[in-house]
Amino acid sequence: MSSLLQQPWTTWLSQIAAILRMDLRKSFFARRGALVYLLALAPALLIVLHAMVDHHSGMDPASHVGEDTQIMAVIVQVYYIRFAVFFGCMGIFTWLLRGEIVEKTLHYYLLTPIRREVLAAGKFFSGAIAASAIFGGGIVLSFALMYGHIGAAGRAYVFDGAGLSQLGAYLLATVMACVGYGSVFFALSLVFKNPIVPAALLMGWETISGILPSLLQKLTITYYLKQLTPLDTPSTGLMALFTVVAQPLPKAVAVLGLLLLSAVVVACAGLGMRRMQISYSVD
Amino acid sequence: MSDRIRFENVSKFYGEVLGVNGVSLSIGPGITSLVGPNGSGKTTLMNLMTGLLRPTQGRVEVLGIAPSDAERLFRIVGYCAQWDSFPKGVTGYQFIRDYLSLHGFKGEGAHKLAWAALERVDLTAAGDRKVAGYSKGMRQRVRLAQALAHRPSVLVLDEPLNGLDPMARAETIDLFESLGRQGMYVIISSHILEEVDRISDSVVLMASGYVVAEGNIPQVRQEVKDHPVQVLVRCSSPSLLASRVFIQDHVVEAKISNDGRGLLVRTRDAEEFYKMLNHVAADGVVDIETVAPADEDVNSIYQYLIGSSGDGGAQ
Repeated sequence: MSSLLQQPWTTWLSQIAAILRMDLRKSFFARRGALVYLLALAPALLIVLHAMVDHHSGMDPASHVGEDTQIMAVIVQVYYIRFAVFFGCMGIFTWLLRGEIVEKTLHYYLLTPIRREVLAAGKFFSGAIAASAIFGGGIVLSFALMYGHIGAAGRAYVFDGAGLSQLGAYLLATVMACVGYGSVFFALSLVFKNPIVPAALLMGWETISGILPSLLQKLTITYYLKQLTPLDTPSTGLMALFTVVAQPLPKAVAVLGLLLLSAVVVACAGLGMRRMQISYSVD
Repeated sequence: MSDRIRFENVSKFYGEVLGVNGVSLSIGPGITSLVGPNGSGKTTLMNLMTGLLRPTQGRVEVLGIAPSDAERLFRIVGYCAQWDSFPKGVTGYQFIRDYLSLHGFKGEGAHKLAWAALERVDLTAAGDRKVAGYSKGMRQRVRLAQALAHRPSVLVLDEPLNGLDPMARAETIDLFESLGRQGMYVIISSHILEEVDRISDSVVLMASGYVVAEGNIPQVRQEVKDHPVQVLVRCSSPSLLASRVFIQDHVVEAKISNDGRGLLVRTRDAEEFYKMLNHVAADGVVDIETVAPADEDVNSIYQYLIGSSGDGGAQ
């Protein structure tokens, strides 16, 4: 414990802050980020269309607050958390190091007095912040549009009802999904040049999470994310794979469990980076 | 703390491809040039020295620090690598300042160091321009500035004169000389000996992953002269020719080639050997078909590097 305290944490934190300053602009403004933005904003476009249809049909939108709440839950819990965040994180996190290798700029980091583990942590945090901001922003926009078009009933549901706490839970689940999936993709990017195959394997592993033995379930991101969703969504047929919670956990335990799992994965990535050699010609 | 940069029997293989083999070197302060043709292992040595590569075998130390210890190593080492690539969208100033922040420099201190580095390479006027708009020479200089910015005591420079116009080249060489005079360890790679021999305190001549000669320029020339040359002679009777060449003092080794139609000879005095071969041919005892160097021998590499005969040129 005392040797942990003796480490130069201040230096490491300032180096991580420097990496964040340099990398966040790459994550937010990279041209290849357009697909990630599309994934994050696609539901908002659908909700705008939905609102327009409601408007033209002459129905009283206030009459289906409950239905829209259920739709919003499916959008977040199935579309965002199981699909968009998954593939968005694949795009963001596998590019954090691979992008530097492709653009032949990784050596600039490796030629500074920074521990490889600290570099891994800095890169991971920059990806987690970017992914959380992009997908969290997408969810906030979708949520605002979903309840905004309902009018007074929608505002009442958001500000006087369960709306804001649901939004908070959605954002928490989204951030945790970014952290969880991001850590795995970040680690996989050290091993695989092409992320498609590991992504497919990971997707399969996460999909069967609900039917795995109890111990193995705890090694899936989905196990923890399912505990963080505020509303029940359809739990019959194939949808059950995405929504049924096998072993309920308190939310705080789920958050801590997922953070711990992600920390272990990022630490492994950091150790992997220690052995990393630069030879761009073969990458 | 040691005051040398040491390579102890260092080898590096990329899979089955040889990078460097059995390199042992001890480099002191001043300017040391690694000279050799493309693919001779200069960049591999520099990458080993800075931890970008790990040796397959052997040990590297930079002033007592292992290259894997980046936290200590890059307080004292700056490396201007060969890759002409930059983070997207940065200006020359931002490029230097960003990486200074990873060294722990902040605020006004980092600002001053970044501009001082740009000034050293005469790029102050272009500091606020995007690197993407720089010429090749300017990109080379801004990378040099980045390697210098944190004031290292060991500066490793991979082909630093590439792409520079004559004026910038002369200024950069002056800069290296001044750094060398200050007691810095300046390691420069080049494939043109003439380019660096005037300023080098020491030269390491490399070929095909091996150090073939080391020392100051006269020492290197002597080593090259003493190094045996291998010649393949295709002839009607290799065994008969072998009996003739074995009696010569300068012949180190002679063996019949695998196909049985030639003789591989290693000699310390190629000129004498060719004279002797002329006599053999004139005698008509053996029909000589062809005579050719059997490998890229050290002397030919040296000739290539200095672009003239080994006896003239570089002083």
